[in-house]
Amino acid sequence: MSIWIPLIKIAVIIGTILNSVIVLVWAERRVSAFMQDRIGPNRVGPFGLLQSFADVVKLVMKEDIIPRNAYKVIHDLAPIISIGIAFSTFAVIPIGNSIELFGENVKLQVADVNVGILYILAITSLGVYGLTLAGWSSNNKYSLLGGLRSSAQLISYELSMGLSIIGVLMIAGTLRLDQIVELQASYIGGWLPAWNIILQPVAFITFVVAAFAETNRLPFDLPEAEPELVGGYHTEYTGLKFGLFFLAEYANMITSSAIIVTLFLGGWHFPYIENLGISPFWLSLLQVGAFCVKVVGVLLFFIVIRWTLPRFRYDQLMNLGWKVMLPLTLANVMGTGLVILAWPWIRNLLGLT
Amino acid sequence: MLENYVPIFLMIAAGFGFGLVMMKVNEWLGPKSPNAEKLSTYESGMEPVRSARERFSVKYYMVAMLFIIFDIEVVFLYPWAVSFKELGMAGFITMTVFITILLVGFYYIWRKGALEWD
Repeated sequence: MSIWIPLIKIAVIIGTILNSVIVLVWAERRVSAFMQDRIGPNRVGPFGLLQSFADVVKLVMKEDIIPRNAYKVIHDLAPIISIGIAFSTFAVIPIGNSIELFGENVKLQVADVNVGILYILAITSLGVYGLTLAGWSSNNKYSLLGGLRSSAQLISYELSMGLSIIGVLMIAGTLRLDQIVELQASYIGGWLPAWNIILQPVAFITFVVAAFAETNRLPFDLPEAEPELVGGYHTEYTGLKFGLFFLAEYANMITSSAIIVTLFLGGWHFPYIENLGISPFWLSLLQVGAFCVKVVGVLLFFIVIRWTLPRFRYDQLMNLGWKVMLPLTLANVMGTGLVILAWPWIRNLLGLT
Repeated sequence: MLENYVPIFLMIAAGFGFGLVMMKVNEWLGPKSPNAEKLSTYESGMEPVRSARERFSVKYYMVAMLFIIFDIEVVFLYPWAVSFKELGMAGFITMTVFITILLVGFYYIWRKGALEWD
């Protein structure tokens, strides 16, 4: 395999994420304006679509201030860690089935490794370093508290996140994300898509809640609660270094949505489309389209939730993570085990084949 | 086998490289006019009172330690979950014993108040 194919894939994926972030920020502002009966950004470009581009240009031209008391090297390093981690996670997510291009069979996935899910968990847990180091190195009380809060929150919800995936793994019996998607591309009883949201509803709910917490989205955005902590961990950041944190946050949101879609919503699978007799090339393209539509759907859900729910208090947040989510996900693992073991018996009872 | 991981390293390098380049571009394009006020620690416009290098709640350490215990458990569950169908009933009983022991510890820290925030 030549080195060029992965390089092209990486360029396409990173380019797509960057452009999606720009559209996503615009979409979030427009949706929030719509929900609050305002107009929102509508001056720069058609429907204000270029507003985020203008914001990026503005951030690039801003002064890069490093406070006198800050620890300079780590202060510089923290945003790079955040953005690097946010991009790397996408490496193992299959955005479509394999496709015939230039006479070669190309898998629509940057890296096809057999430890896909473990890689995602490992990399996303590194993300906490970016926030914690940013908070510590700024040498500012608001930043420090924001960094501490975010690290405690991220590690608490990472447990529930890891445990809710286990139910999916028990059904799939593999860590490869492409195989998990392929398993979901079948039908229960011949008509119901075997998506994991149907097989693992509890795991789906806990995973989505944990994903909200991991991306610091609103019901859980304690690390940067404006009334208490100014900007949280990025209080002392200006210019594009602040922009990188912002970008990483939205890139993480896109990655989380992609993971939710891959693990629970059937990935690139669109029900019944494979029976229509479309040529394999167009079928693959349509499946990539289906994947994107699903990711956009989850992202809109993220945005709507943000402007619907109030923020948790910190003790409520920790209670939910440790006293509700953790026992619930453990119970789900045990319950899934019981159902899988009793499945031959249940199948006879229900008369299924 | 190992060459499957090359794209991952390329992706990680691309991600970190992007961050580095963007930061340098900003350093290069942005104005530079520092002054004492601008470089001081931000505290809502007040004169900064003492430093941020002070003691903070022990709760954060507790959460970190509990996280390590439970995260090892989660990692331990992964190989078990992947081969669950082959292990069958024996595997299920083994893991039930393991999780029960763990739940005893969980009950202990819960009753001890390690999960309370005030």
